[in-house]
Amino acid sequence: MTLKASTLTVGDVHEEVVFENLTRTQIVMYAGASGDYNPVHTDNEFVTKIAGYPGVFAHGMLSMGLTGKMLTNYVGDGTLTKYGVRFVKQVWPGDSLTAKATVSAIRQDGPQHLVDLDIVTTNQNGEAVITGTATARIDP
Amino acid sequence: MAVERFPVEASHILMFARAVDDPNPIYADAAYAAGTAVGSVIAPPTFAQASAQFDANYALRPKHGSTWFGSAKSASALMDKPAEAASQKSGGAGGNAAGLLHAEQHFEYHRHVRPGDVLSATTKPGKTWEKEGKKGGKLMFAEAVTEYRDQNGELVITATGVSVITSRPAEQG
Repeated sequence: MTLKASTLTVGDVHEEVVFENLTRTQIVMYAGASGDYNPVHTDNEFVTKIAGYPGVFAHGMLSMGLTGKMLTNYVGDGTLTKYGVRFVKQVWPGDSLTAKATVSAIRQDGPQHLVDLDIVTTNQNGEAVITGTATARIDP
Repeated sequence: MAVERFPVEASHILMFARAVDDPNPIYADAAYAAGTAVGSVIAPPTFAQASAQFDANYALRPKHGSTWFGSAKSASALMDKPAEAASQKSGGAGGNAAGLLHAEQHFEYHRHVRPGDVLSATTKPGKTWEKEGKKGGKLMFAEAVTEYRDQNGELVITATGVSVITSRPAEQG
């Protein structure tokens, strides 16, 4: 499933709910798989009493990974050439995230057709938690 | 960060895909993947970050023989062993780690990694800049550019991370 330049239009949107009601256990899974055991993500004692936050919060990279699921569902597997984000707001247990890609350009680099995407992932209050861009290879 | 050997394994990719809640069989099912245009299992787009598992000096992983800064009996295990905490070079790292946040992450894929790849990674410092925080206090940004190369020395992924050091807990929404 690869996108086609001939059927894409600038402004096209693909949107997915990438997680509903984020659990602390999902954050623990991300810590274990990624190797980032920063206790601010999993250790309520530490994060409240030492780090000074109201509670644990998700790794930015978990939000980027969840957003990546939306991206690859849209552009297909193995076609991404670039993916970058800014972490603009923290994500907390109980948050629900919706990731959206908007086609910003359809172009060619030599014979290779490419699509550029603007990305935003929002929480249940409509606040952006991640903004970014991506580029993927597409068919003519 | 310098990682000499990051062996990419199918079980690690499976666990990572579960951790980002992605049930796509391209990350888990070799028979399915063989029948796709991609041709084999590949890793999810943000998988390279798991190279931290293979960084011997990675600060955010408890290590044998040193006291972890997360909670145990006290809110930080370092408080239970003040003498050890003082002798650790990273003594008080808890505060530093908490004040160091990930601001941006960018990946450029030259190809997508597969089980069986053996990557190495070298990181060079990039740009640094300062900004005033919205609620006062200085924010210091620093870029780190990591090149992931495969067993043949070919560049596979270029990753640029930006971290920010805050003088207080990050602003909460």
